[in-house]
Amino acid sequence: MTREEVFEKIREISADRLGIDESEITPESSFREDLEADSLDLVELIMELEEQFGMEIPDEEAEKITTVEEAVDYVMENQPA
Amino acid sequence: MRGRVAVVTGGGRGIGRAVAERLGREGARVAVVYRSNDAAAEETAGLVEAAGGEVELFRGDVASAEDVRGIFKQILETFGGVDILVNNAGITRDNLLLRMKDSEFDEVINTNLRGTYYCTRAALRPMIRARYGRIINISSVVGLMGNAGQANYAASKAGIIGFTKSVARELAERGITANAVTPGYIETDITGELPESVQQQILAQIPVGRFGRPEEVAEVVAFLARESAGYITGQTIGVDGGMVMQ
Repeated sequence: MTREEVFEKIREISADRLGIDESEITPESSFREDLEADSLDLVELIMELEEQFGMEIPDEEAEKITTVEEAVDYVMENQPA
Repeated sequence: MRGRVAVVTGGGRGIGRAVAERLGREGARVAVVYRSNDAAAEETAGLVEAAGGEVELFRGDVASAEDVRGIFKQILETFGGVDILVNNAGITRDNLLLRMKDSEFDEVINTNLRGTYYCTRAALRPMIRARYGRIINISSVVGLMGNAGQANYAASKAGIIGFTKSVARELAERGITANAVTPGYIETDITGELPESVQQQILAQIPVGRFGRPEEVAEVVAFLARESAGYITGQTIGVDGGMVMQ
């Protein structure tokens, strides 16, 4: 997947899970502050990313993901070959 | 609850068997989890099928994180989800506190409380994804009243109540309810072992004047497992012939 495709996918998942419009989501969006995700929302988003991208994200890595861009970076660096 | 997937731990005998049979009768697809008694589990499976339910058996120890991971992996592969979880697996290792061995305390806490924690955690992922779940934890009247000779058991069962309330708060917004049921003295293998004099003493404390039946516990579990019970969460419901009135 290209970086754009990964971003689109994460945007779609985030919009769906958080009940917001995709247009409100940019790479700079902070899940907690801009998209108003609570801690359980974040756990759910990580679960969804794991499923969609076929990877396991350890808790200590998941905690470092605070913005959409960081989520894209993580997926790009850890995508299964 | 037609087509809903229900996991019942400790489903080989006693209350678990009655719950499995009842949920099967109501149309659930039942995953019976049991630890050691193959013959008893097969008998439960026969009863669920006779009641018109679909059933699969899964053998493993709920006190083992590894077993629980494996069991839920198999359940998800077999049924594709988990809608209802009944944490019923429980043991006793009765002893006066002064004589209690650490192993007796640990075994009871590990099966009853830790087992409930492991299974609930494993079931949450599919429930959160589905935005639906019914978690019913079998506690005990002893968790509310205490009982001489059962400090370990009472602690595990009281622990389940606090655990249930926390799970209920964490997941209420996700369509998942968690409730505890506190059976009193129910006619099962566990109570059958009590000496006659003790049984008489206990009967004197039960306003209804008799021991309960596993089916009477299953009745409440089935009620809480229904979709229509979605506004009931974090509760502790007694099925104890009136022993504890709160």
